[in-house]
Amino acid sequence: MPAYLDHAATTPLRPEARAAMEPWLSERFGNPSGPHGAARAARQAIDEAREVVADLLGVGPGGVVFTSGGTEADNLAVLGRARACPRPLVVSALEHHAVLRAAEVAAEVLGVEVRTVRAGRDGVVDLESLEAALGDDVGLVSVQLVNNEVGTVQPLEAVARLVRRHAPRAVLHTDAVQAAPWFDLAEAARVADLVTVSAHKFGGPQGTGALALRSPVELAPLVVGGPQERELRAGTHNVAGIVGMAAAFQAAAAERPVAGPRVSALRDRLVSGLLSRLSGARETAPGAQKAPGHCHLVLDDVESEALLVLLDRLGVAASAGSACASGAIEPSHVLLAMGFSPKEALGALRLTLGHTSSPADVDLALEAVPQAVSQLGGGPAGAPRPAGAGLAAAHAQAAPGGP
Amino acid sequence: MRVLVAMSGGVDSSVAALLLVEEGHEVVGATMKLWGGPAGSGCCSVADVDDARRVAQQLGIPHHVFNFTAEFEQSVVGPYADAHARGLTPNPCIACNAHLKFDRFLVRARQLGFDAIATGHHARVGWSNAARCLRRGRDVAKDQSYVLYMLGQDELSALLLPVGELTKAEVRALASRAGLRTARKPDSQDVCFIPTDGGRERFLGERIALRPGRLVTTEGQEVGEVGALELVTVGQRRGLGLAAPRARPERRYVVGVDLAKGTATVGRLEDLLVSRVVLQDVRWASGPPGPGAAVEAQTSAHGRPVPAHWDGEAVCLGQPVRKVAPGQAVVLYQPDGLLGDAVLGGGAAAG
Repeated sequence: MPAYLDHAATTPLRPEARAAMEPWLSERFGNPSGPHGAARAARQAIDEAREVVADLLGVGPGGVVFTSGGTEADNLAVLGRARACPRPLVVSALEHHAVLRAAEVAAEVLGVEVRTVRAGRDGVVDLESLEAALGDDVGLVSVQLVNNEVGTVQPLEAVARLVRRHAPRAVLHTDAVQAAPWFDLAEAARVADLVTVSAHKFGGPQGTGALALRSPVELAPLVVGGPQERELRAGTHNVAGIVGMAAAFQAAAAERPVAGPRVSALRDRLVSGLLSRLSGARETAPGAQKAPGHCHLVLDDVESEALLVLLDRLGVAASAGSACASGAIEPSHVLLAMGFSPKEALGALRLTLGHTSSPADVDLALEAVPQAVSQLGGGPAGAPRPAGAGLAAAHAQAAPGGP
Repeated sequence: MRVLVAMSGGVDSSVAALLLVEEGHEVVGATMKLWGGPAGSGCCSVADVDDARRVAQQLGIPHHVFNFTAEFEQSVVGPYADAHARGLTPNPCIACNAHLKFDRFLVRARQLGFDAIATGHHARVGWSNAARCLRRGRDVAKDQSYVLYMLGQDELSALLLPVGELTKAEVRALASRAGLRTARKPDSQDVCFIPTDGGRERFLGERIALRPGRLVTTEGQEVGEVGALELVTVGQRRGLGLAAPRARPERRYVVGVDLAKGTATVGRLEDLLVSRVVLQDVRWASGPPGPGAAVEAQTSAHGRPVPAHWDGEAVCLGQPVRKVAPGQAVVLYQPDGLLGDAVLGGGAAAG
């Protein structure tokens, strides 16, 4: 059985989500904005899903804007805010590209100033750097709740206190995409005005997400057309996706008290097992508070690009930094922001557990990762570097036969 | 055998992968991302990676992307610009083969436990005197052995060139028959990292200082000037802004470039002809040819081979050829009409 250890990228669909979606992929259909029975049924499904999602996020039903996913929700928060209120944006250097690129576009298109907050080696935003970036002029501050790569939990309450004190006119946005499977966002994100979630990170379908508005925030839509989502997001609703998201979110929340400790115990066994088996490995953010599913290591003298190929072959789905348009792995901006060198960053290994992870997955990873690392020459200290693993052997045997 | 195929997204490497799959090998495709900057032609674009990945999907093999942009910059693009700044005419495709395709990629393949690598080059790996050798591809018009002269026994022992026995037309026919989307994709022509917009001049202008120079005749008479001496190549005839004088209607060629003096010397064709070329960074497939051994030399990618012998330092040509620009490769072949000429080795013309 292969081990799927890339839950931070996407998670398997929960049965509850699939069951909720199935009618909307077969006999049930309807445009929720229409005037007839089929439309009303779809409308009811959306309204019910909205109440569920709003409740889990701790906002009123009017405070949920369904989007095509986390990226669109981040874009709507950052770029939508900048369009409605073109004032300086403050973003942390650890943010997902959905926030960082949106801020860059705001700068390019709207001429809005963007201030980037530094991060520490611990994978946490630097509060002094944040304070220095704040001011009366700031329109929006965006700091994630959990980092998508290294899994570090950000001090959102401290961030909020600084924002209220030094940038009273600013809206606080948090990308809670990676936090949603593990934390009660009604509580953990209660200090944020805007909260991004994405369905497929907690067992919902891909292509659905939401931006929660905890307080009335003036935003300009990015997708325009019809009056859906209170004119903040035009376009016919993705009914199946939205009901699937609500069902998955509910299921994730219900199992959270058990799932969190269960998965973090698996993760801890994975981390300590790997560290004891790999002399050239270290935890990327040791000691920092992390989401239960994240295991993130930096390996000396190992190229993660090659490591991932071997792990794939050994049945372990893992990941490294972010990929560019061609699919090539590039040094992670998160690791660079934490002060790692590009070379170190290209030796990153991210293993992320989730709702379907089992002890067998950890066992396989504990076997496969050291095997792959040793094949790549980065094994235990003093181990001989395998010279041309398959090739040298194969051709040593092949006698030069001549034509 | 486990084979890692370097898939550029072109038709040749697509068919190389196809043939290996059909032969029953365990095949994995990989595309090297080499160039991070803008380019209008050649490899490394997202569209090319898409093509390679789609072909791999059609063949049912895994496909990976290897990010070798840092090594490409360090071993190919940087040296390319530096060589121009020193008045040389480098061949970046040869540097790429030497440092990326048959070093970095091969090392990666070995690390990953592959038994061999394969590429879509039109050339053949064969045997000669109990040693491996590289032979010209069957399609002589498409032969790429010239840009692969640096391959030694170690590389050749790990290399499969499945399309070397095919003509280009046969390659395209196989791709068509298999329904590969690269079947009718045009061949890449230019240096992959030089943007079509602005070309070599703009590219180099952003990396090195381009200085104007004077054009002087072999007798020392000044006859014109050029905007960027670093872009002038020995053997060049066009783009010098020289009108042939009525009295001497013959064509004039650049016969030498002297960056220190700031001059390019122009002369007649006979001033350009040489019969001996000193080589540096010489690589032999399995040792140099013996003194007096009759071989053939090819002095450009699509040049006609001429009779030659190796004197231990230089290629001595049986008939005069146009001077080889410093930095350009000269490749020696053992002629073989039956199996295909065998590459003996080669090197870069000394400055």
